[in-house]
Amino acid sequence: MSERITRDDVAHVATLAKLALSDAELDEFTDQLAAVLDHAADVEALDVADVAPTAHPYPLANVLRADELAPTLDRDEVLAQAPAVTDGRFLVPAILGEEP
Amino acid sequence: MTPPESARSLAAAPPLGTAADIARSVRAGERSAREVVDAHLATVAANEAEVHAFNLVLADEARAAADVLDRRIAAGEDPGPLAGVPVALKDNLCTRGIPTTCSSKILDGWCPPYDATVVQRLAGAGAIAIGKTNLDEFAMGSSTENSAFGATRNPHDPSRVPGGSSGGSAAAVAAGFVPISLGSDTGGSIRQPAALCGVVGLKPTYGLVSRYGLIAFASSLDQIGPFSTTVADAALLLDVIAGHDPHDSTSIPEPVPSYSDTLDRGVEGLRIGLITELMGDGIAPDVAARVREAAAALQAAGARVGEASVPAALLGLSAYYLIAPAEASSNLARYDGVRYGLRVDAPTTGEMMTATRTAGFGAEVKRRIMLGTYALSAGYYDAYYGKALKVRTLIIRDFAAAYEHFDLLLSPTSPTTAFALGDKTADPLSMYLNDVCTIPTNLSGDAAISVPFGTGDDGLPVGVQLLAPALGEVPLLRAAAVLEEAAP
Repeated sequence: MSERITRDDVAHVATLAKLALSDAELDEFTDQLAAVLDHAADVEALDVADVAPTAHPYPLANVLRADELAPTLDRDEVLAQAPAVTDGRFLVPAILGEEP
Repeated sequence: MTPPESARSLAAAPPLGTAADIARSVRAGERSAREVVDAHLATVAANEAEVHAFNLVLADEARAAADVLDRRIAAGEDPGPLAGVPVALKDNLCTRGIPTTCSSKILDGWCPPYDATVVQRLAGAGAIAIGKTNLDEFAMGSSTENSAFGATRNPHDPSRVPGGSSGGSAAAVAAGFVPISLGSDTGGSIRQPAALCGVVGLKPTYGLVSRYGLIAFASSLDQIGPFSTTVADAALLLDVIAGHDPHDSTSIPEPVPSYSDTLDRGVEGLRIGLITELMGDGIAPDVAARVREAAAALQAAGARVGEASVPAALLGLSAYYLIAPAEASSNLARYDGVRYGLRVDAPTTGEMMTATRTAGFGAEVKRRIMLGTYALSAGYYDAYYGKALKVRTLIIRDFAAAYEHFDLLLSPTSPTTAFALGDKTADPLSMYLNDVCTIPTNLSGDAAISVPFGTGDDGLPVGVQLLAPALGEVPLLRAAAVLEEAAP
């Protein structure tokens, strides 16, 4: 089972998804994800080279509205829900290698 | 883990009858909306501590809304087809100024700045929201045990799960707290809890009901739909919530028929196929027996019942557990501690995001985010996600072929009756297998309904699933009404 997804794969995926996992969680998730991927072997094994993929059940072209002014969410009401704001904008800690 | 004395049944009919009964009496001035709301809040007060259907009970807000409604009626206004009807809303539906949590710590305390379209439509029809119901965190689960606020119990036996992810909405109806509620269904999250709780649950065609204000799990699969004690109430609620919404670009821009008006037309001449692939291994014999009895009942009512084949249906589970996590991993990237909800402070933004997501998400949500991220990652995309999208095409083709011979299809809703709390939490795959009968409909985007039909050997409710092609809700609800009438 473990050949389907390794502990290192799980650690890499957790980094991509911005999740910090403990050693115990890494072990548990590796086993559980491997079990799900094992079950998906039926899909993996199919020869569907000539089948078109379906990403969405309701095939839609671009949906555009008329270019007219309409009410939008109130900025203050939206910002009131944010963990930190400044001058009408969302405030985050240091980015791009700034000193914290 | 459950004290023996709590194993008594808490299932009850709503105190004042169906939504249709309530709306009629309130519109006629025979009852006040306030009296209706108070009667339902009294049932909540009596049994909610044991059932835990709600994350939040809106007692004061509901009483105030009822008083406003009563004043409008006194002034000669007609408040609409759901006048005074108490409803419960799954707590992944946005309610302006009222906490909406998705049963996740990451949204704890968040009050949306807008109402979901369905919430607006319910209010516009005179319905009164009396609470936000518990769910598996972000609707990921089949038992409502993955909630940051504790599990919901099945009113028929509080030692059992109510199903999920809309377990709170199903339990609220089964416990008589409300006559109707709303849930969402991504892989069976309305139909499976409806089956396990002995109520009616409808997943409408993808695009029939606006998803605006439904917090996204898997956007190509999610759909909002009703729970009710009767098929007529499901039709009444669908009449209110169905129809185009410019705020949802995937909402179907077509007029909708009345579902209530055609309910009594029976199944004479309808061709109904029993899906053979969903009657085999893994389906409990008592559940399969009820489905066969349902098929016989439809035949006795004038339908032409035969065996249908949807071979790719059995591939649905694997495809779903690649597609839904892939979409979820993208949708849940927005919970980063910047714009709303939880923030765990850290020196840099990257560290803050990781700390916030690690503290805010529960284990099942993390599992699915990682599964989806993996299925979409370089080197695995074609083998997993790409293949799963092709399987989706095969499922759509096989359903289309079956619907050349049949108007509707029939299957179990869930492979078993309600299982015990804690039974499947250690093994995620065993939990996922619960969804085998419901998932194919989400992948195809079609409509399906679960109708209670007798009980299993353990005395607990069994649900039978009827399936229809896209926008086939009219014949679907007609056949469901026939099954309801024939149910043992």
